[in-house]
Amino acid sequence: MRIGILALQGAFIEHKFALDALGIESFEIRQKRDIEKPFDGLIIPGGESTVIGKLLRQLDLFEPIKEMIENGMPVFGTCAGLIVLAKNIEGENPHLGVMDISVRRNAYGKQIDSFSNEALIPEISAVPFPLVFIRAPWIDSVGENVQVFCELNGHIVAARENNMLVTSFHPELTKNTAFHEYFINMIKGE
Amino acid sequence: MSTQMELNRNLAQMLKGGVIMDVTTPEQAKIAEEAGACAVMALERIPADIRAAGGVSRMSDPKMIKGIQEAVSIPVMAKCRIGHFAEARILQAIKIDYIDESEVLSPADDKYHINKNEFKVPFVCGAKDLGEALRRINEGAAMIRTKGEPGTGDVVQAVRHMRMMMSEIRRIQSMAEDELYEAAKQLQVPYNLVEYVHKNGKLPVVNFAAGGVATPADAALMMHLGAEGVFVGSGIFKSGNPAKRAAAIVQAVTNYTDDNLIAELSEDLGEAMVGINENEIALLMAERGK
Repeated sequence: MRIGILALQGAFIEHKFALDALGIESFEIRQKRDIEKPFDGLIIPGGESTVIGKLLRQLDLFEPIKEMIENGMPVFGTCAGLIVLAKNIEGENPHLGVMDISVRRNAYGKQIDSFSNEALIPEISAVPFPLVFIRAPWIDSVGENVQVFCELNGHIVAARENNMLVTSFHPELTKNTAFHEYFINMIKGE
Repeated sequence: MSTQMELNRNLAQMLKGGVIMDVTTPEQAKIAEEAGACAVMALERIPADIRAAGGVSRMSDPKMIKGIQEAVSIPVMAKCRIGHFAEARILQAIKIDYIDESEVLSPADDKYHINKNEFKVPFVCGAKDLGEALRRINEGAAMIRTKGEPGTGDVVQAVRHMRMMMSEIRRIQSMAEDELYEAAKQLQVPYNLVEYVHKNGKLPVVNFAAGGVATPADAALMMHLGAEGVFVGSGIFKSGNPAKRAAAIVQAVTNYTDDNLIAELSEDLGEAMVGINENEIALLMAERGK
């Protein structure tokens, strides 16, 4: 199994470390030629969604990646990655616009309002999962095919729609690989 | 380590592979965001103008900073003077995302840096070598940048500082464990930080390049030398076509190993900032705060 990690900007190396720990091969996607060889899953990391969205277009990655996801490529988006996948972004134009969720950027406020917590997410793990929120978004509403995995204080912070998995927090910044394991199982079709 | 410190280091991780741009107005901030900046540094005068104007340079007007916070959705940073914790508290009060305790401004304290561990908001600090970097981290800095020589458009000092830091990191990495105690003594830093560098071959926080970056090639050079991202100050808004140059530098950082792409990006950027050579400057800002 090979997983591509979108490495245009942000915390992509942390995802690689998580996959390394699980013995999964991964590679960085920085331009179009990087996606010429076949691969099995895609991770869109945290960073600034404005930057990632812009570079997707400038580097001619936008259309091919959108098409791959629409054709069923399993994708895991964290924080900025969630925003890049969302169909609706409060007050802004969407980027890939493939997942039926409406998101609010910087929903919790500025860096001083960043926080960590934990929550039991039965789909992911039998024990509470650590949640790290960095200038995080939340999901205001979801379409009917979207399965909500986690809500915190009334806001959705993790969800799945078919081949698309998103979190507004950063599993890759913790030592816990349960989300990545779940994603790998998604790719295996389990 | 406190949870807040971890969260603050985490934000710097999100900035990696990105370009942080100096801006002086909400309009410039929007141009920077549009061009793909991952954060902006709000200041009244860019370093080249601070250098030209001379005199005492202080924290910017909070009203001006707030204007920029309102204009963009990306993180906003602002500078306070070295050691000036009252300015830092003001910046924290207006919920700035990152404080740069910066040698670009006139130092307020010639002996002590701010005890950054006491703050909730994260700090970035400049460093010329590993000792300075680890001292700032010990004081609570959640991100490091090279000092370079701000406002010159001359990359030579950023290169010198990054090379120095990286070679010192490699030296520490290759030491026998019992040599680390002496290394800590020589670097004037706590043992545990030297031990971290020895084990991990990197700083415990994100490390950016800053000072004198003016072209896509400059940015690529700094990434090759080990920078995890780049600050561009005067280089953008002192140039002929800021929007185009800014976007080119952003792409050059992402694909710094692709020479063909950087060649393309370097075409038709218009006039670069004129710049001043190292031996033409009277004031070495990098010598402030050690």
